[in-house]
Amino acid sequence: MADKITRPRPKKDRLRRTMMFMNAQRPGLIKDAYIYGVDSIILDLEDAVAVNQKDAARFSLYHALTTIDYGDTEVIVRINGLDTEYWQEDVRVCVAGGADGIRIAKCESADMVRQVEAAVEAAEREFGVEVGRTLLMAALESPLGIMNAYEICTASDRMLGCAISGGDFRQSMHVQIEPDGIEMQAARSQMLLAARAAGVQCLDTMFPNLDDEEGFRREVDLVARMGFDGKSVINPKQIAYIHEKFAPTQKQIAHAENIARSCRAQSEAGIGVYVVDGKMVDPPFYKEAERIIELAKKCGVYHGDL
Amino acid sequence: MINAVGRDIPDYLLADGKEVYQGRFAKDGQLVKRDSPTCVMHEKPVADKLCASIREACEHCDVHDGMTISFHSEFRNGDYTASQVVKVLVEDFGVRDLHVAATSLGDAHDLLADYIEQGIITHIESSGVRGRIGEAISHGKLKEPAIIRSHGGRPRAMMAGELHVDVTFLAASTSDKAGNASGVGGKNNCGSLGFAIPDSQYADKVVIITDTLVDFPNVPASIKCEDVDYVVVVDEIGDPKRIASKEARFTQDPRELMMAKNAADVIAALPYFKNGFSFQTGVGGPSLAVNRFLEDHMREKNIKMGFALGGVSGAICNLLDKGLVGKIIDVQDFDQTAINHLANNPNHVEMSQSEYANPGSKGSFVNYLDYMVLSALEIDTKFNVNVVTGSDGVVRGAPGGHPDTAATSKCCIIVTPLVRGRMPVVCKDVTTVTTPGECVDVLVTDYGTAVNPARTDIIECLDAAGIPHVSIESLQEKAYSIVGEPDPLQWEDKVVAIVEARDGTILDVIRQIKPYDFE
Amino acid sequence: MVIEKTAMAGTLESSDAQVTVSPADTLEVVIESSVINQYGRQIKATVEDVLDRLDIKQGLISVVDKGALDCTLKARVECAVFRSCDASLADIPWGGAIR
Repeated sequence: MADKITRPRPKKDRLRRTMMFMNAQRPGLIKDAYIYGVDSIILDLEDAVAVNQKDAARFSLYHALTTIDYGDTEVIVRINGLDTEYWQEDVRVCVAGGADGIRIAKCESADMVRQVEAAVEAAEREFGVEVGRTLLMAALESPLGIMNAYEICTASDRMLGCAISGGDFRQSMHVQIEPDGIEMQAARSQMLLAARAAGVQCLDTMFPNLDDEEGFRREVDLVARMGFDGKSVINPKQIAYIHEKFAPTQKQIAHAENIARSCRAQSEAGIGVYVVDGKMVDPPFYKEAERIIELAKKCGVYHGDL
Repeated sequence: MINAVGRDIPDYLLADGKEVYQGRFAKDGQLVKRDSPTCVMHEKPVADKLCASIREACEHCDVHDGMTISFHSEFRNGDYTASQVVKVLVEDFGVRDLHVAATSLGDAHDLLADYIEQGIITHIESSGVRGRIGEAISHGKLKEPAIIRSHGGRPRAMMAGELHVDVTFLAASTSDKAGNASGVGGKNNCGSLGFAIPDSQYADKVVIITDTLVDFPNVPASIKCEDVDYVVVVDEIGDPKRIASKEARFTQDPRELMMAKNAADVIAALPYFKNGFSFQTGVGGPSLAVNRFLEDHMREKNIKMGFALGGVSGAICNLLDKGLVGKIIDVQDFDQTAINHLANNPNHVEMSQSEYANPGSKGSFVNYLDYMVLSALEIDTKFNVNVVTGSDGVVRGAPGGHPDTAATSKCCIIVTPLVRGRMPVVCKDVTTVTTPGECVDVLVTDYGTAVNPARTDIIECLDAAGIPHVSIESLQEKAYSIVGEPDPLQWEDKVVAIVEARDGTILDVIRQIKPYDFE
Repeated sequence: MVIEKTAMAGTLESSDAQVTVSPADTLEVVIESSVINQYGRQIKATVEDVLDRLDIKQGLISVVDKGALDCTLKARVECAVFRSCDASLADIPWGGAIR
């Protein structure tokens, strides 16, 4: 059998186009979820695990984390809510097992983040893990969570981002899933603003109806255009389309290359504002062009030489 | 003696000119004198060939100890005939030392397993052995080793006189009074009767068993009245629910879908993928789903399939109905959609097991196959495939057309998960070689694709198409890193089954399994 | 640890194992597995290794394995033992006796 796995130090700003939920209690599922090419796996100790199996799920999780080679795939654990008796042991097992990050369910305040952070730091000291290694992310599942999104995202240096959780959120808003996403429009927008202001990633909820391919694609198109960094998935078949939509198009890449190239030349000549592909550009465009090329590289769709 | 796939075949099995396997086409060009049945002349016209019961038919058939009887498996797990007939022979006629030759034996035949255990059935020759019969064989209950043959190897053995059947009992969905029989038009339809046709031509006595007697002449007939001695009408020939599923549906399993898509991508990347190409797939989850992804490639490149062979399921019939397939040539039907399609579509035609795959013929359909997509229980780093023995060493599978189509197709693709539960599918050495590695070209797993290094042409095509591939050794190592290296199975010396290559040589032997002991 | 009462962990699903532990005067391990011919020895070694690390000297340990990987086997044995002591919910020695 393989030796104990030592995972590389987690990165806050890595690619997270897709985060796939897996029940930490189901051995057949967690053993190789990385084969589908998902960016992050979320091993779930919360809703997917029955109340009387919380203990068993932790034992499974610990050995999965320490023996299964997930390679480049990020491994995040969704812990039980802070209003339960389970979350503290959840934090201990995550840190001891070397999870890359912890997803805080039903997060509503910066205080909750700090509470988890304190427990994580204590666990890092207990298990001899580098302090600060374990990342955090917040699942915003209520209007209050959305209203406090900026404070939540800035509550800890460990925060990699926030994600909206559609199921609970829609319930608390007394709305159903709508074809055009109108029921989540305000929440998505507000969360995006908060996340960008805080400089962290912003991730969309999963699409629950596996048979509604058209609805799924519509939602992916929407959140990609809005500016999300990625989206939760519940089935590997949802991965390919999201990866396609969240990658820059070849047209965007070509334009970004033109900006990047010309910018070098123009700045050497001391010119501030100029025209590329018929559009006016200035220095902020250069930064965005670099971001697009970087994203294209990470997504494996960049074939240029910059 | 070590054969061409590295298996040690005991010398005592090589009596009477039996040879070990010497390679894929080692017997090409060899002469075969065809065996012929002993036929009772029916010069004088009779009103009909009907018998009131199986028992009455047996009375006419000179049943005796040591006789060889045969059955076909087109009614799959719903088959009633084999059990009914054997029961009559054993209990009404007291036949002992019974030899059973079937195209396949399985869960419908637990009664035969009882007779094996009681020492009444002493020999089995079959393409597939599943269920309790497999257990009985693996525990050494037969006097002589069972012989396991491919779909093509079986009619070859009959033609060559190596398998001579005294009486064949052939279930048919419909028959007329003279024995013109068919797999469609009755109460319980199986579609193609392809597996039954060689038996009707090479057995001394031929008995048709049906539950639907139709007006004479029942044409077109799969089995011709000139080959039939007796016809028996029974209440039911099979359990319709177990003969064929309603429609074999595409898998929803994401792992299988991913593998199917990757297999279809390989197919589309090779030069054989052009108008008029030919294709066959197994009915397993990922193999069947290849049809779905192949459709995308065919539409994208505006390519139509010339013919599909099968082992037919609704998936390929639907492609034909969409105008993407020219002809379906059909030896067996897996679902009700395929059965109805065979009955109603003139471009979907039946073929016999011999026409399908017999290497002893002047050229069977498999010789013209471009692509074959198959599954495997195990595949080793030499690309040898096992589809017969389970991880416990027990016989529980069927080579079927696997060795035939792998040997002849231009590209044979195996689609399988890297591990099943804790069992490593990709391994260092398969338990039993049922398809030689030299016949296998590409392996698609959920952890990556490997190409047989002998196929440098395929490697070039995949590289050109940007399809990633890895060595089969790296897949095997990955498998062992996940599940641990398996301990070797513990065997007794006794050989319980011989796996015959399609050309009649010995490919491998299966020994009696030892009860497991932790020490 | 001492097995104080009968406790169980795991399921009979494929790729899982169901482990039952109960008090007994001696230590006895009973293994049933769908992959016993190829992995019986390794399963036994894994189970004994876990029991050793948990310092279990007495008890009847019954494992019904459905092709579980070692990491799952370990998790099931450990969980059953901790449950038998009502100690499975908190303060687990991760990285200590559990590793």
